[in-house]
Amino acid sequence: MRRQLPILVVFISGIFMAIQYFVPSEPAEFVQEYAMDWVIVIGVFAMGLGLWSLTKVNWIKVQRQTPGWGYNLVTILGMVFMLVVGLIWDPGLGFFPGEKSQVSGTWFMNFFWYIYLPIQTVMFSLLAFYIASAAYRAFRARTILASILLVTAIVIMLRLIPLGAVSGINQWLANWILIVPNMAAKRAIWMGVGLGMVAMALKIVLGIERSYMGRD
Amino acid sequence: MIWVIAFAQEESPLPPSQVKVKDTPNDNGHSLTITWKSSPDSAKILGYEILRSDSPDGEFKVVGQALATDTLYKDKGDKEKESPNYFPSHKNFYYKVRAKTDGLSSESEISLPAYAFQQWYHAGKTPVLVAVLIFSTLTLIFISKAKKGKELYVRPLAGIGAVDEAIGRATEMGRPILFILGLGTAADIATIAGFTILSRVAKRTAEYKTRIIVPCNDPIVMAVAQETVKAAYMDAGRPEAYEEKNIFFLTSMQFAYVAGVNGIMLRERTATNFYMGLFYAESLILAETGSIAGSIQISGTDQMSQLPFFVAATDYTLIGEELYAASAYLGREPLLLGALKAQDWAKGILLICLILGTIFTSLHLDFFANLFKFSLE
Amino acid sequence: MGFYEKLMSLDRRWVYLCVAIAVVLPFLLEEFGVPIFIPPYITPEVKSVYNFVEKLREDDVLFLAIDYDPMAKAELHPVARAVLKQCFKKNVKVIISALSQNGPGMAEQLISQTAKEYNKVDGVDYVYLGYKPFPALVIMGMSQNFKLFFPKDYYGTPLDSLPMMAKVRNIKDTKGVIDVAAGSVADMWINEGAGRYNYPLALAVTGVMAADYYPFLNSGQLFGLVSGMKGAAEYEYLMEKGGYMKKEEFDASRGMPIQMFAHIVVILFIIIGNVGYFMSRRKKS
Repeated sequence: MRRQLPILVVFISGIFMAIQYFVPSEPAEFVQEYAMDWVIVIGVFAMGLGLWSLTKVNWIKVQRQTPGWGYNLVTILGMVFMLVVGLIWDPGLGFFPGEKSQVSGTWFMNFFWYIYLPIQTVMFSLLAFYIASAAYRAFRARTILASILLVTAIVIMLRLIPLGAVSGINQWLANWILIVPNMAAKRAIWMGVGLGMVAMALKIVLGIERSYMGRD
Repeated sequence: MIWVIAFAQEESPLPPSQVKVKDTPNDNGHSLTITWKSSPDSAKILGYEILRSDSPDGEFKVVGQALATDTLYKDKGDKEKESPNYFPSHKNFYYKVRAKTDGLSSESEISLPAYAFQQWYHAGKTPVLVAVLIFSTLTLIFISKAKKGKELYVRPLAGIGAVDEAIGRATEMGRPILFILGLGTAADIATIAGFTILSRVAKRTAEYKTRIIVPCNDPIVMAVAQETVKAAYMDAGRPEAYEEKNIFFLTSMQFAYVAGVNGIMLRERTATNFYMGLFYAESLILAETGSIAGSIQISGTDQMSQLPFFVAATDYTLIGEELYAASAYLGREPLLLGALKAQDWAKGILLICLILGTIFTSLHLDFFANLFKFSLE
Repeated sequence: MGFYEKLMSLDRRWVYLCVAIAVVLPFLLEEFGVPIFIPPYITPEVKSVYNFVEKLREDDVLFLAIDYDPMAKAELHPVARAVLKQCFKKNVKVIISALSQNGPGMAEQLISQTAKEYNKVDGVDYVYLGYKPFPALVIMGMSQNFKLFFPKDYYGTPLDSLPMMAKVRNIKDTKGVIDVAAGSVADMWINEGAGRYNYPLALAVTGVMAADYYPFLNSGQLFGLVSGMKGAAEYEYLMEKGGYMKKEEFDASRGMPIQMFAHIVVILFIIIGNVGYFMSRRKKS
């Protein structure tokens, strides 16, 4: 029963939502909106689960003082601090009914703008360096296909640089690559992905694919 | 000298005609479609106003505007009675169309009454329904063939073949395996495909007594991953080796997650990294850091924009649908292989349709392409 | 290890150092009074977006979706700013949403700064809806009725009380959508938005994403595509020609020399690696 019930729920919901797609009437619309509301509610509750897991894993490492436990302590303190600042200490975000939200100047927003965002931008900027090292490592003309990849990559990269008089020819070539072979390959992959998604969804609804439940 | 200034008397434009109103098809019953024949003075017309009343003698109010070149307008409203824009169904309405020039206008005859009602089947989506039924039938046929024991051939995939070798490498080196399910939710097909691969990989790691680390980006994904790995360990007969702390929630922020995973890679010196799921801009950062740590890397995603990065930076890549097919490859179960075969046949049918469509459309025979037209409205 | 073998297997830290120098150099040149500016080649897909906004009349309503996080700010902020400036100058009304988790605050700053420049009033000339989770659902909801997900705007004012929203019920009542996005939200606008409800849609996306959307441009599902910082630089150049911006206000165009130098470094290292590979292979044979 423990295994049959989820499979039955998935089967009924899957068939119902598939039928709902073809039925434009008001009752079907109501069910779709109701289901969408439930998705949001479950997502919010799941966040609580995530916070518990994060706290538990890091607290155990702090307690046992495993190597690098200082970073785990920083994680927990950061999480608690932002929660306190955002919800309790600094209620200017419209959390309480009737309150007009403040959007700047609060501790929460200052920490967001001047600590969190710069750190996030630094991580994103790593891409610039990693692209260079990955390109240096991977783009070697070992085979004909690798050579085509190499030349194509250079033409596409040059598209993003203003090159004066040469720009026109390079732009034409780059656009041709993007609109003809690139598009053909992408359409082929998308068709495969689309069919794969339908097959996967069908397998899940019919109960053939059950790995998401755990035990096979 | 007497200047005689004669003012030319401007005339109203000729009104539009043949105003017809009918229920908008394939909707929830809160919309009517009004069509009309353009005013003969269309060159002078600046636009049309659509007027509505609930009786032919009642007050007509403007409900919409149309361009001078339009001959159709959809009068649509809300289904909620409390809404100021509520449009009731099963209630007769009368319409007029007013042609406007600069300062002058003329109105058409009042239309016959019509009421809106809902439909129970969206006829515009029929091609989608037919395609789904054909594909489902193919799937069921091949699954039943597979159940009867028929041998089904599938071409080998390098990435799948390397999974065992990669796990073996980690065992020999005594270093853990890192499995990343990407940034998707548990509802994303790519993440579900990741779970199936995680299940197989976890079973092997349980058999080889190798540690597996699964940092998650989403709490629901974490919950499912924990169940998946736990079940895999039980299947391998080693439930006591399962440690929940190895499958944990990290953060739902994209680059904070990447920073955390990079830290794990470099501290733990993982021997093998699996990237299976939905990835965005962080894919290259993960792959390059794994390369710096000296890990063997197997990736798979259906995100077109990230495939080039994975192809360049990881050792093996599963492209698009190969990720979804991985569960069939790893388990070699007849039911899953049957579904895979159905996909291949469906692709074959699509290919034939594409070729036929190209030929017919090139010969200006549009009937074939029209078979595939569908409406989502 | 021979010279060519060394060329083939340089320590990646040399690569990082050269990229760092390439990125910093244009800044230094600008500081020393040698700014680099090369007029960009204008692509039809960017011109198409500019022309669409240019053809809008006073009091028309445009929907601008600002769906990116601050880390994509460098590439996408200039386009969002340029479109807002163009609309405000032409007295075109704008409805803005921000369906990216970390984007609403940044979007609000951009909108209020640009609105102040043109003395535009919230609720009359523009409406900022803000953020709601589950973008696919929100897009479908806004395509039917804004009030489904946004009964109030970002500042807590009920939509019913905003003068601008009296005639605009949903996205279909606007002239079209320009989505400035850095993630999967762009796909959602194509599938759940314009694909279902059939309104004009253009995208402004990061450079790396742009290649994915050319098929949609070609099939007519998008009327325009602005890709990355180069696309933004093209748009700024068009804005300058149209009299909406001055060179001093350029944002993306100032970043183009940096992008150019960094790309040249990457290409050079690819060439170096291949020279090392071929010469060492030749030596062995």
